[in-house]
Amino acid sequence: MLDPIKIIVPCGSLGAGVYEEEVRRGLEMGAHAIATDAGSTDSGAAYLALGVSKNNRASVKRDLAILMKAGAEAGIPVIVGTSGQAGGDKNLDWTRDIALEIAAELGLKPKIALLYSEQDKASLKARNAAGAVKPLAPLGPLDDATIDACDHIVAVLGAEPYVAALEAGADLILGGRTTDTAVLSSFALLKGAPWGPAWHAAKIAECGSQCAVYRTKGAGVLISIDAEGFEVEPLSLENRCDPHSVSAHMLYENANPFLLTEPGGVLDVTAARYAALDARRVRVTGSAWDEKPYTLKLEGAGAGGFQTIMLIGIQDPEVLSRLNEFHDKMLAAMNHRVHTTIGEAAGDFNISLRIYGWNAVSGERLPEGTPAPREVGVMFVATAATQEMATQIAKACNAWFFHFPIVEDDELPSYGFAFTPADIERGAVHEFKLNHVIEIDDPMALVRTVWIDLKKKEAA
Amino acid sequence: MTTVKDVCRHVRSKNAGPYWVTFDLFFDGPESFQKHHANPALGPQLFQRLFGADPALVRHYPVADLNVVKISYARASPQGGVVERDMHCGQQFVRLLDVQLD
Repeated sequence: MLDPIKIIVPCGSLGAGVYEEEVRRGLEMGAHAIATDAGSTDSGAAYLALGVSKNNRASVKRDLAILMKAGAEAGIPVIVGTSGQAGGDKNLDWTRDIALEIAAELGLKPKIALLYSEQDKASLKARNAAGAVKPLAPLGPLDDATIDACDHIVAVLGAEPYVAALEAGADLILGGRTTDTAVLSSFALLKGAPWGPAWHAAKIAECGSQCAVYRTKGAGVLISIDAEGFEVEPLSLENRCDPHSVSAHMLYENANPFLLTEPGGVLDVTAARYAALDARRVRVTGSAWDEKPYTLKLEGAGAGGFQTIMLIGIQDPEVLSRLNEFHDKMLAAMNHRVHTTIGEAAGDFNISLRIYGWNAVSGERLPEGTPAPREVGVMFVATAATQEMATQIAKACNAWFFHFPIVEDDELPSYGFAFTPADIERGAVHEFKLNHVIEIDDPMALVRTVWIDLKKKEAA
Repeated sequence: MTTVKDVCRHVRSKNAGPYWVTFDLFFDGPESFQKHHANPALGPQLFQRLFGADPALVRHYPVADLNVVKISYARASPQGGVVERDMHCGQQFVRLLDVQLD
């Protein structure tokens, strides 16, 4: 009979705010490991394309310091996946440097495993040519031009590289891009937990206390995995889990509520049952793992044009009463203006006007007669092949954007300028360009493990 | 006339990776769930009309234990791209609230 394997998941994502007292409580409850992811694709492709983190460095350092200290005191491993938001090599190196800084400041000597999952273009092209890369809807087959258009490409790792690093004695693992679930399940898999409950527990805990009743009370949960199932409870005493809060988390950020495809298999929770153990804890049984041929998802990101923006505020009631007309007339006038002033040199450009307070989020046409707001903000977004051209387009439109009259021949109005200079270069538009899986025989084939053993370093 | 917001206690939308968007309609009880979860008004054509989705890439999953219908579709434009207005797709649910069910 397997003794329950207890894992602290201290937050939804490293840098989001770990509570020291929650981690301490998890240790008192007998936790065997601490695991968290440190990013996702959620906030867009820029973080992978640029190799930068979305998070403030001090926030990540603060959270990681709490975890490294707790791990060292209790003698248990700290496992972090998708380092630096996107999990590319640069994102991982950024996180590594923070960890080394913490270790030096706190006098800690962890054995650190770095799991790099960035892929070089030449070998990826070779694997693609050999037929190992398959598209996922809605994209089609991968071509070399798409690979070349990416600034960085990562393989989304599964649990095996983490299991291998733990077996080799890692105190701290900083992973490249990895599924959230693989990061959280790896320790339990190493200890022989059944795969269904281990992966399901990991999915439930991926956002920390989001699977609890109150999403804002505390940040972490403890998962406890045994031979038959798993239990989950929040680390904050003010919070609680109930069967609804836990089962509903399977819906979150997941296109299919019953099946979750992972490297090497599919988690199937169709038959899972959720029961309250007491006022705070939920027990889950019936989770199944369906083994499949081993595949890793690929993520690639690169630039797709450059943007320059401008912003105004409008309170003029005449404009507000005719916003749809205003939008259409202004957009037509500005496109015309670019054609007549810059001409063909503008290349393949795009101007979009987003009326905040009206329909900026949806871009949908609101019905005639929709009551006007008291004021709106209008954002001008020019996209072009180069930053210089995007800015030239903005400058060509400047006078029209800031003074465009709703009634022709009226005195030219001045709308509410927010800034000067008015045009703001916002850099490249970054897009994800891959949605493919790569078939591999060996789960370790696309990962490079680098060790930094601070104990040895000191001895040397 | 019954709309989505009349029979759901909560409706939400979120991206599910860079290429898919997912909606969770939490019906206010088993009766509403049974009555409306398979309503053609919530079918692929709705997502084509509201979001430009390819109807062949709209998925529909009833979750009876939770009185939830999950509907997912493949995005027509890339996340964070030239015309992005809602990176996490967290505001898309609003367009479902007034959809008429009968």
